[in-house]
Amino acid sequence: MAHLKISGLDVRYGTTRVLCGIDLEVARGELVGLVGPSGSGKSTLLRALVGLVPPSAGQVVLEGEIVDYAKKDSLRALRDHAAIVFQQYNLFQNMTVLDNITVTPVKVRGRPRAEAEAQARALLARVGLSGKESAYPDQLSGGQQQRVAIARALALKPALILLDEVTAALDPELVRDVLDVIRDLAGEGITMLLVSHEMGFIREAADRVVMMDAGRVVEVGPPQQIFDTPIEERTRAFMSKIIRH
Amino acid sequence: MTENLANLFTFGNMQFLMRGVAMTLLLTLIGCLTGLIGGFLLAYARSSKGNLLAPVRWGAMIFVEVFRRIPFLVTLFLVLYTAQMILPRAPLFWVAVISICLLCSAYMAEIVRAGMESVPTPQIETAEVMNMPRWRITWIIVLPQAWKVILPSAVSYMVMFVKDTALASQAGVFELMFAGKALVNRGLDPLLVFATVLLAYFAISWPLARLGQWLETRLAHRHTERGIR
Repeated sequence: MAHLKISGLDVRYGTTRVLCGIDLEVARGELVGLVGPSGSGKSTLLRALVGLVPPSAGQVVLEGEIVDYAKKDSLRALRDHAAIVFQQYNLFQNMTVLDNITVTPVKVRGRPRAEAEAQARALLARVGLSGKESAYPDQLSGGQQQRVAIARALALKPALILLDEVTAALDPELVRDVLDVIRDLAGEGITMLLVSHEMGFIREAADRVVMMDAGRVVEVGPPQQIFDTPIEERTRAFMSKIIRH
Repeated sequence: MTENLANLFTFGNMQFLMRGVAMTLLLTLIGCLTGLIGGFLLAYARSSKGNLLAPVRWGAMIFVEVFRRIPFLVTLFLVLYTAQMILPRAPLFWVAVISICLLCSAYMAEIVRAGMESVPTPQIETAEVMNMPRWRITWIIVLPQAWKVILPSAVSYMVMFVKDTALASQAGVFELMFAGKALVNRGLDPLLVFATVLLAYFAISWPLARLGQWLETRLAHRHTERGIR
């Protein structure tokens, strides 16, 4: 059974259809890369999955449960299993690194503070940020902030992580640190959907790649197929442009 | 002139004016503090989501728009006559307090709203995806960041508002302006009396204005100071 099953997912902004009948099945623990030109709906798909943009049609099934985005309980249950990390990190600027990571486990999930803090320290060590517990987000570099954002997402022990252009706002030399963290997570049983322009990373780390264009899934396949021998003309055109530049 | 001055600056008259100053300060303080709380509640109501809360949202919006658009004097008389209809001997002080709270809440609502909106939406969305309830997002994420924007504007408004309280004298409420008028009615030189009243208003407003400026630069400075990597 698929861990995440998306069927006929539609999203509209007013009269504009930005996602047109997305069908996608993702197995547990799979790392799926979403590629495609800007405005193809990759980020919208991630935002729709966590209910930040309400889908206008279609169905999402996570962990065997159908998600009803109109119902608070259903949305809450989905968000208990899924986490999203954004391009701009979105750390809470008024909180220290440690508080950013522990606030939800403690205040929302009701876990003991000591336990949450111990977990947060372990996660910070894992993303290479030990000693930054008391720092505020604006005292960190972009790459460090993004790694805190990933640690914060991991603290919620999600079964599904959505990574939306997490390296797009970073200086090139900081990208590697963040990608190393993601690579480290792959193969740990966490299902990941990764929107990125880091084609080299996707080719190397993803189990499958989804090519999107104009709100539709154009082609799905293993990285070799999508990057080297695409079946669809649109994928070929997109890849040839990327390779040329 | 010397005689006029001597007549005005007696201990009794100065005590009388000081009572006016105290009332002006009291009205300003009550207005701004309740205004801050009322303004927050209105701003929170206005930012609510969902169809179910639409009446609350609309109610808050109408309240803010109405009381910001009408002159304070009209609000004052509306409250005065409504109060007198319910309670013929309604105490004027409370009439003034209620009017001031209505006005301040409406103005503060916009100041608080601007402050809350200064917090980047993606931070709020992130908290939403983490299943944090809206009240908690407001309390632990939005307000701790918004107060830096709210506080200087609130103090600036307070300075403006000190002057508005003078209108309460029109409804017979005792405050600084009323005290001045009462002294003139006792036959004291109007020019000297109102010059003294002017100085008293300045003595209240000026330190407040400086406090506002200080807060603005200090809060902005603290932010950039921490921002150095």
